[in-house]
Amino acid sequence: MKAPALRRLLVRRLLFGLLSLLVVSALLFFATNLLPGDVATALLGQQATPESLLRLRLELGLDQPAWLRYVHWFIRLLHGDFGTSLASGRSVVSELLPRLGNTLILAAVAGAIAVPLSVGLGLISAMREGGLVDRALSLLCVLTISTPEFLLGYVLIGAFAIELGWLPSLAVISPGMTLLERAAAITLPVCTLVLVVMAHMLRMTRASVLSVMAAPYVEMAYLKGLRRSTVILRHALPNSAAPIIAVVTLNLGYLVVGVVVVEVVFVYPGAGQLLVDAVAKRDLPLVQACGLIFAAIYIALNVTADMLALWASPRLRHETLRHET
Amino acid sequence: MPARSPAPVHRRDVLAGLGGAAALAGLGLFNASCAVDDDPALKSGNLLRLGMAGGSSADSLDPRTYLDWVPINIGYQIMNGLVEVDGAGNAVPELFESWESSADAREWVFRIRGGVVFHNGKPLGVDDILYSINLHRGDTTSVAKGVVANIVDVKRLDANRVKILLAGGDADLPTTLSDYHLLVVPAGFDDWSHPIGTGGYRLDRFEPGVRSITTKAGDYWKAGAAHVDAIELLVINDAMARTNALIGGQVDIINRIDGRTADLLRRNKRLKVIRSQTGQHAIFATNCTADPYENNEIRLALKYAIDRERIVKTVLNGYGTVGNDQPISPRSPYFDADLPVHRYDPDQARYHLRRAGRDALAAELKVSDAAFSGAVDAAVLFQSAAAAAGITLAVKREPIDGYWSNVWIKAPFYVSYSDGRATLDAAFSKAYKSSSAANDTSWRNPEFDALANVARGMQDPRRRRELYGECQRMISADGGAIIPMFIDHIEAGSTHVQGWTPSALFDLMGQRIGEKVWLQS
Amino acid sequence: MKPRGMRTDTAGSPRRPWSLYIGAGGVILLVGSALLAPWIAPYAEGQFVGGVWDLPSAASWLGTDNDGRDMLTRVLFGTRTTVSIALLATVLALAVGIGFGVVAGAVGGWLDELLSRCVDILLAIPVLISALIVLSVLGTSTPVLIGTIGLLEATRVYVVARAVARSVNVQPFVQVARLRGEALPWIIGRELLPNAAGPLIAEGGLRFCFIFLFIASLSFLGLGIQPPTADLGSMVRENAQAINFGLMAPLYPAAAIALLTAGINLVVDWLLAAQSRPHGHGIEL
Repeated sequence: MKAPALRRLLVRRLLFGLLSLLVVSALLFFATNLLPGDVATALLGQQATPESLLRLRLELGLDQPAWLRYVHWFIRLLHGDFGTSLASGRSVVSELLPRLGNTLILAAVAGAIAVPLSVGLGLISAMREGGLVDRALSLLCVLTISTPEFLLGYVLIGAFAIELGWLPSLAVISPGMTLLERAAAITLPVCTLVLVVMAHMLRMTRASVLSVMAAPYVEMAYLKGLRRSTVILRHALPNSAAPIIAVVTLNLGYLVVGVVVVEVVFVYPGAGQLLVDAVAKRDLPLVQACGLIFAAIYIALNVTADMLALWASPRLRHETLRHET
Repeated sequence: MPARSPAPVHRRDVLAGLGGAAALAGLGLFNASCAVDDDPALKSGNLLRLGMAGGSSADSLDPRTYLDWVPINIGYQIMNGLVEVDGAGNAVPELFESWESSADAREWVFRIRGGVVFHNGKPLGVDDILYSINLHRGDTTSVAKGVVANIVDVKRLDANRVKILLAGGDADLPTTLSDYHLLVVPAGFDDWSHPIGTGGYRLDRFEPGVRSITTKAGDYWKAGAAHVDAIELLVINDAMARTNALIGGQVDIINRIDGRTADLLRRNKRLKVIRSQTGQHAIFATNCTADPYENNEIRLALKYAIDRERIVKTVLNGYGTVGNDQPISPRSPYFDADLPVHRYDPDQARYHLRRAGRDALAAELKVSDAAFSGAVDAAVLFQSAAAAAGITLAVKREPIDGYWSNVWIKAPFYVSYSDGRATLDAAFSKAYKSSSAANDTSWRNPEFDALANVARGMQDPRRRRELYGECQRMISADGGAIIPMFIDHIEAGSTHVQGWTPSALFDLMGQRIGEKVWLQS
Repeated sequence: MKPRGMRTDTAGSPRRPWSLYIGAGGVILLVGSALLAPWIAPYAEGQFVGGVWDLPSAASWLGTDNDGRDMLTRVLFGTRTTVSIALLATVLALAVGIGFGVVAGAVGGWLDELLSRCVDILLAIPVLISALIVLSVLGTSTPVLIGTIGLLEATRVYVVARAVARSVNVQPFVQVARLRGEALPWIIGRELLPNAAGPLIAEGGLRFCFIFLFIASLSFLGLGIQPPTADLGSMVRENAQAINFGLMAPLYPAAAIALLTAGINLVVDWLLAAQSRPHGHGIEL
């Protein structure tokens, strides 16, 4: 049921999205180039001599100027070729794909649990403001956002993997595992991630809803005799949706691109750790590919969130589209 | 009030549909992302699981690239070396069955073991040995170029013997050839993603920076080795995760444990802790060509301004030995016990500062735990001890990534590390000769070079001992390296693991643990 | 007759629940002791007083840390360092984020488009990578750290501020103000900001906490505050192994973080509750 104006808006967002991807790839390339050292020094480590460095650089094409290498990379990209990793010699796709898959699975499972849970609990908190449930949730939020992710992870491991022995401390997925075993392997990282992102979404939902409770139409709804829960769900929520969606998007984005620390703690072979390693090794093709994919996912999430915000709030939609015509 | 349109119904449907699709996609991805290689060896109880630090996603199994422990360990599972080093540090035949040398130790003849077969069925021959050694010689990017730099020529003598000619005599050539880069592959081989060797296990699966799986290759020529059916090696770089994996029972053996964790693990009845003194040491390196460290008095001042015992006690929790600013550990047969000891002595430090024309020194010390675990703590302790001698150290913590490319050798004063070496000459060639590529301190002393080379070729044990003693004295008194301690290698594992002994070199039984241990249920 | 569902009473007095006192009290206690740290701490910041992970004693009230320094001293100085850096970075993030976000949300059009796409680009790069690159190139001195963290976090604040501004912008009373011919600064100052205050305050409080944790994550990568300067996040990491010994060491800095965060959030909660009263009731201080 998309009006032409809405469609136009969507197309424009997507085009801008592609442009953003281009800018991101260029930024990453030249920024990584700015870092001292290059892949030759990273690979040879303590064995680097000037001759071996020179030879390796020639082999990897690092003697060419940066902008030229970027252009070559871009042209190859247009043909669908992501290139080969400078550090390992393997194709970037073969390095990236399995790790990306792992990251997406973790993000999807954590997100699927965290988002409905946080928003739901946020709504309940708003409905029962000041009550026991609200305070208990408040306390939980405070505990989780005041604990660094790695400590959360270690505590969960200490409790469930070491003391109780219910779950493995490493999230290593190996061939031949049943689906149940795989689910067990990622349970603790998923729990950690859910706890990490829950607080932000929960409190923002609560704050956003409560802030519109002062609006006249809410007072009106009360005077009509509606229950608090009805008032919140029917009247307050749609108008407070925008910030909630914004925060959910930020956190979903974090779940995909920002979980390096959790990956390290649970030894989960994800793309976050891969990107950090690639930057450390100055492995440009890998940095580019990884960064590009993360950016694409993030921008897709963003466009979706914006569209959702418009769809959820008729007022906002009206106002935005007014500018389009 | 806007008219109620059918939109609300659509919204819910869309959301539900999205949710369902996502769930299905998720399940599918989950199952698919891990290929289904159902290996029976993995299911059987006879699987050895190692949890090791020292791997990265850039790892390759090409021996020319071995820089860290995980690829080395996998390499030894699949391939064999020329010579092995036993628990006492002696050279033991591996693919070289026996050897003899000329009087000046410059000409060596090695006999190749017969009856050895590669995984692909090809019998081991002279060409394979020549090819494997030459991978590191001549026009090559091998990181082991320095190891074989002394070799002038390697040639076939007959069907079972190889002749090696050296530029300078080396009485320890067999031990030198035990270097972990010198692994034997079939002549002409270059498919490094599927390496083939003569070792007890063949490569099943290799996920760089994540894990590897090797399975028993059949009859192994080495008697009393290769007991387990399969070896799974998990890369776990985070220390706490490694410990948790062992305690939680997901791996059988872990490496790179620090002193405090070792005490904790000792209390656990299901685990045992193995401690090896292998010569690995911490280095506070000063650049001898940079100001003010060019002046040896400054270097000596620093050597007396560090509280070594305290560092061993605090940083290593006692799992180490105090060092005396030279790289040969007390365990070595040529260790000179008569060297003057550099104790913590602030007054002596001040004395040396005065001799350099100063009454105080302010310096920046770059550190990172990339050098060794606890390096930052050690630097902080150094800073605190040096203050009493009028030396103000500013400790600057550098990022772990890029430490070896940005700071190592380049910075004027920084923390570094070296593992132990099989021979004294290897240790000296690595970092103390003028020609050393890994010379942390840029120390160049032609007298030392000459002395070390003569000592290397000296077959008379008494004379050798004297010469090597003199070498150690030179490094300790004049070198740019402040070596406060030798760090023990600590590894731990389940009590089910049998046949596990301390190493003379590196850890995990010289990285050959895969073929040496067995599991007892 | 009071409409059902409206709450005007919370535990304690209607406008000053006891939880506010606890929260504000905790914050003042911690921040105050951090400010006074050089004078009230029992030892100097980097001083070694005992063995590794000693138990609490008369000489060392919270025991020692992983290097043998007094834990209480380290926590006091750590709070001081971390709070000052986090506070400055938060102020920067909120100023830039809310400033640009509210303007973009209110004005819309090409300005909004331009700013949002720029912010999108920054957000699309994982924050640890951005921090890693910037800090590796520019070094990890305190001003650089504050600037980097502040600006990176500002992007997140921007997203939220813009969303809030947009939703308030389309409310009838704002439309009315526009129709009346009010200038944009007036609309932003008098209509938008007061009504957007709730979520923005919540975001501000949360952002402060996240910046705390971000500094800790940077320590994970070896960036961030340099030793021997104490920093609460690094202290948690360095002492984490003690948990396996059954020792409390990492819990002291963690508790400091928790107390501070809890305090801030309790105050924020009170402000929000005051905000959600119907029109006509102000916050009476």
